[in-house]
Amino acid sequence: MTDAFHLDEALVTRARTAAESIADDIQQHIDAHTTDSTERATLRLLGVVGVNEIDVPLVNVVVEHAHPLLGGGVTAPFVDLMLQTGQGAQEVAEGVAGGALALAPVPTERRVGVEKRAAELAREGVAAIDAVRRRREELVATSGEPLRPYVYVIVATGDIHEDVLQAKAAARAGADVVAVIRTTAQSLLDYVPYGLTTEGFGGTYATQENFRLMREGLDEVGAEVGRYIRLCNYASGLCMPEIAYMGSIERLDMMLNDCMYGIIFRNINMRRTFVDQYLARLLNARAGIIINTGEDNYLTTADAFSKGYTVIASDFINEAFALRANLEKWQMGIGHAFEIDPATPDQVVYQIADAQLVRQLFPEASPKYMPPTKYMPGDIFQGHVIDAMFNFTGIFTGQDVMLLGMLTEALHTPLLQDRYASIRNAKYIFEACRHLRDEVTFKPGGIMETRANDVLAKAVDQLEEVEDMGLFEALSRGEFADVVRDPDGGRGAEGVFGRDDDYFNPFFAELREGRMSGPPTGPPPGNSVAQGKGAS
Amino acid sequence: MIVRPYGDTRDDGVIQFSFTLPVGYSVKAPDIGKQFLEKLGFHSVAIGECTGIDPSFTFYVAYARTDVGIDPDEVKGDYLEVEVMDYYAINALIEKRLGRKLVVVGAAIESDAHTVGIDAIMNMKGFAGNYGLERYPQMDALNMGSQIPCEQLLRTALERNADAILVSQIVTQKNIHVQNLTKLIELLEAEGVRERFVLVVGGPRINNAFAKELGYDAGFGPRSTPLEVASFLAQEIARRADEA
Repeated sequence: MTDAFHLDEALVTRARTAAESIADDIQQHIDAHTTDSTERATLRLLGVVGVNEIDVPLVNVVVEHAHPLLGGGVTAPFVDLMLQTGQGAQEVAEGVAGGALALAPVPTERRVGVEKRAAELAREGVAAIDAVRRRREELVATSGEPLRPYVYVIVATGDIHEDVLQAKAAARAGADVVAVIRTTAQSLLDYVPYGLTTEGFGGTYATQENFRLMREGLDEVGAEVGRYIRLCNYASGLCMPEIAYMGSIERLDMMLNDCMYGIIFRNINMRRTFVDQYLARLLNARAGIIINTGEDNYLTTADAFSKGYTVIASDFINEAFALRANLEKWQMGIGHAFEIDPATPDQVVYQIADAQLVRQLFPEASPKYMPPTKYMPGDIFQGHVIDAMFNFTGIFTGQDVMLLGMLTEALHTPLLQDRYASIRNAKYIFEACRHLRDEVTFKPGGIMETRANDVLAKAVDQLEEVEDMGLFEALSRGEFADVVRDPDGGRGAEGVFGRDDDYFNPFFAELREGRMSGPPTGPPPGNSVAQGKGAS
Repeated sequence: MIVRPYGDTRDDGVIQFSFTLPVGYSVKAPDIGKQFLEKLGFHSVAIGECTGIDPSFTFYVAYARTDVGIDPDEVKGDYLEVEVMDYYAINALIEKRLGRKLVVVGAAIESDAHTVGIDAIMNMKGFAGNYGLERYPQMDALNMGSQIPCEQLLRTALERNADAILVSQIVTQKNIHVQNLTKLIELLEAEGVRERFVLVVGGPRINNAFAKELGYDAGFGPRSTPLEVASFLAQEIARRADEA
């Protein structure tokens, strides 16, 4: 839009300053701790795969053994065993799991050698991720890059083979991104299931083999339709960094990867999630994956009209954490949603105001716009019309990723034909209105510009309040989505460990440095072990 | 009196269809759809749309007529008869008949991670302009959220001496909701406390008859409002007080 909203730039600056300060505070907690899943992801990066005889992933078994040593990280004792035995990572993991080998503190005289070898292994592990990213670039160049906004649909059959079939049909109908919804409650599993799966509830297990199968299917159909089809999954829950690793190796292109979603909506312990999201995001950053943040969820719980500002405040917080994890701005799929009650007079006027505000506040990001869900009726005809207004709002405000609404949202997970109808709806509107945005200007001081500035001002107030009290306290007061969380409560708290002075994990530095598309733009990761006010 | 679908003339029996067949589009695809509808007993089939939406799937939009009718008076079932009261009348009824707050505990149980249903009924702000149960001064309502094991829900209900338990089940794939709902009933019965609670379930695939079949006192389907649930609870508690 040539002449968009006139926003109070001082407010924008204050919002970012507050968000930076909020994230810096939490980063002190992050830099002072590690977690079970962080250490398990590290073992995966070192090359450990597979499960034991009772289907427990080997990385879980080894990290469990390493618990007494976790203050120093699993890497040094593990690499020491590799050097002492002359075995590879997988053999050592099997040895530890089988009881033939035991992890022990590294004697001082071997420390230098261990760190040197570990640094080499970190380079190799990260080089494997870089190779996958280069492969994506090649395929995008040969298959073709879709026009923005990306048409994003979900599949959710529970059976990976049916998912692949439906994903291919969706791509042929015009989808650019396919997300495989995860089975209910996978986010609360403290391990990643293994192998291909054909049963799930409300979705399909996120496993490395399922990732691979879907990737293969989408590459096939991408070559057929002449567009690179992107694959999305969920680096969220108790295994955030492990799933991010799996995605980086199996060439996922997008990951839901919010810094606070698990805390608010899955009651995962906040000390755990903030540490986990950091390595997960470093991996996504390196792998060239676009992360999606989950602010749409706030509006399914809280009221979209009166609490719209919480979305903006959280978007700024997600951006600040993302910058600290080395993500580039184009990799930030900043979340927002079309959830104002359709019975509200001027509903679409306000939705456009809110969506345009996100677009302007995050001009270099790839905002992901989420469709109406809360007020979708069982009357699919009316639902299709509401979705059309969502599609219109998306193209008119220049969103990058449109998760399409389904006319049957209120009824069931999408049928093949629902997805088809929904994609037709979106493609028609996107093409019919493609340049409308360039042709009109907003009325200065009108309903929309006033709404945008009002939402921004409230977001700034909230951010500054959160800055004052600290993010942990804010989450315990229900500042987001009206959900109250106890810093000591929630799942996974037992998997958080204070880092000792000699904590060692070469992957953090390796992931952070030498990024593929130029030097880091965000603030440097903290090295402080001091406790911040939010981390007390 | 027998009724039939009304298109634009009484008894014309017109019905609208959309469906997908797992066959690729070909010149005979329209006839495949037409004959399929005829096999179902429809006649005067008009195929409005017949499109290959994938090499192996064809999508149809069609109209057809039926001669089948139904007599509404012969439809009988176990329907929930609730006189929907207003917020003030509900509070007044509880105060008058119970003389204390009505204690309610609610949760989305077991694997179900969706709070949307239980939140709509219980949370302060409610849904569609209706306050949630937490707002009612004569209710002591606790929304435990999602993924609450049956054992934890029961423990909490006993600790709080609850009058009513509200259960939400949103996910229904492979009938997981039936397993979860049955588990709760079995637990309550095994502990010998089933009769202590008014037991209510809600969800997109729930209706009253189905809820009764599973052993619940009432079931609320899609589009149920906090007022309907609150009215039922107040009236059921009053009814039980009469019986006692």
